[in-house]
Amino acid sequence: MEYIIIIIAAIFVNNIVLNQFLGVCPFLGVSKKISTAVGMTGAVTFVMVIATMVTYLIQTYILNPFGLQFLQTIFFILVIASLVQLVEIILKKVSPSLYQALGVFLPLITTNCAILGVAILTYQKEFNLMQGVVFAIANAIGFGLALVLFAGLREHLDLMNVPKGLKGTPIALIVAGILAMAFMGFSGLV
Amino acid sequence: MNQLQNFTKGFIKENPVFVLLLGMCPTLGVTSSAINGLGMGLATTFVLVMANLVVSLIKNVIPSKVRIPSFIVIIAAFVTVVELTMQAYLPSLFESLGLFIPLIVVNCVVLGRAEAFASKNTIVSSIIDGLGMGLGFSFALTLLGAAREFLGSGKIFDTIIFPEDYGMLLFVLAPGAFIVLGYLIALINRLNKA
Repeated sequence: MEYIIIIIAAIFVNNIVLNQFLGVCPFLGVSKKISTAVGMTGAVTFVMVIATMVTYLIQTYILNPFGLQFLQTIFFILVIASLVQLVEIILKKVSPSLYQALGVFLPLITTNCAILGVAILTYQKEFNLMQGVVFAIANAIGFGLALVLFAGLREHLDLMNVPKGLKGTPIALIVAGILAMAFMGFSGLV
Repeated sequence: MNQLQNFTKGFIKENPVFVLLLGMCPTLGVTSSAINGLGMGLATTFVLVMANLVVSLIKNVIPSKVRIPSFIVIIAAFVTVVELTMQAYLPSLFESLGLFIPLIVVNCVVLGRAEAFASKNTIVSSIIDGLGMGLGFSFALTLLGAAREFLGSGKIFDTIIFPEDYGMLLFVLAPGAFIVLGYLIALINRLNKA
């Protein structure tokens, strides 16, 4: 039951993009086509889950026992940056087809604040390892849901007759606002 | 390029938020009021200036293969400084900015300026560039924060303009951030063209 609440809260109520504003850069950057949106979601899910696990272990077994909590930001970002590199190298060797699909998105992930954000939130909410992993998966799904929905809307938007001044980013942001308004309907669910 | 142009380019012409569309997460996340926007902007400005300074000082020492990780470590160090200082002296601002303070590390504006400007230019022009970009970023965040605060609760910097009952709460909440930013970008595009 506890896990179901974590999942529903992370996907719908506190959607990571539309409610918490984490990962807005890839949300605006790679949402022009549904296929790239799906690829990006795959890469984010992969890195987010592994990063949350590793940063949790580092926080519990290295930073907390030695009283080094103030190094959290530096440690976490280094872990994420090296993890992304590592995942890239391993994927290239083990599964070239998956690497082909996710390849271009991986370097972008280091500066995706959703990854670092979820790692820090897991610590702030005092989750244990299992809850942290569930939380990371649910947030990745929430990210994917928002990204794919938005990509679908933008594909339609290309065919619309938009006023000249609003073409491009402005209309995309306004549509994202309306999408966020739709997600507000979920508030109070949990 | 003279230093004055170098300084002022961040405000309108190459504004990191309105024109380059960098650093969107804090832009949307913390601008529910003008004072939050300003606080976040100034914190980012400090990190930008210091990171630009250090990067341009040691640009010849860093091997180019590991430059991005080194930049990130330098930036993370200054973010930690901001985090601890703000927690000690401005606890209420620290509370309301919350998660977005550590997330300055992954703000693309900071890494972008270190990579694109500070790693190629002299110390003085790097500092000026960091200051200009940082103040341009603060300007954008304060403008967005003021617009949202005004529409949402009838106040600017906590000065009451019209009674709160007539405000549209939506603009203080998440959707308002996207919508107001969309219209502001359209407005700045128009100004840049003219």
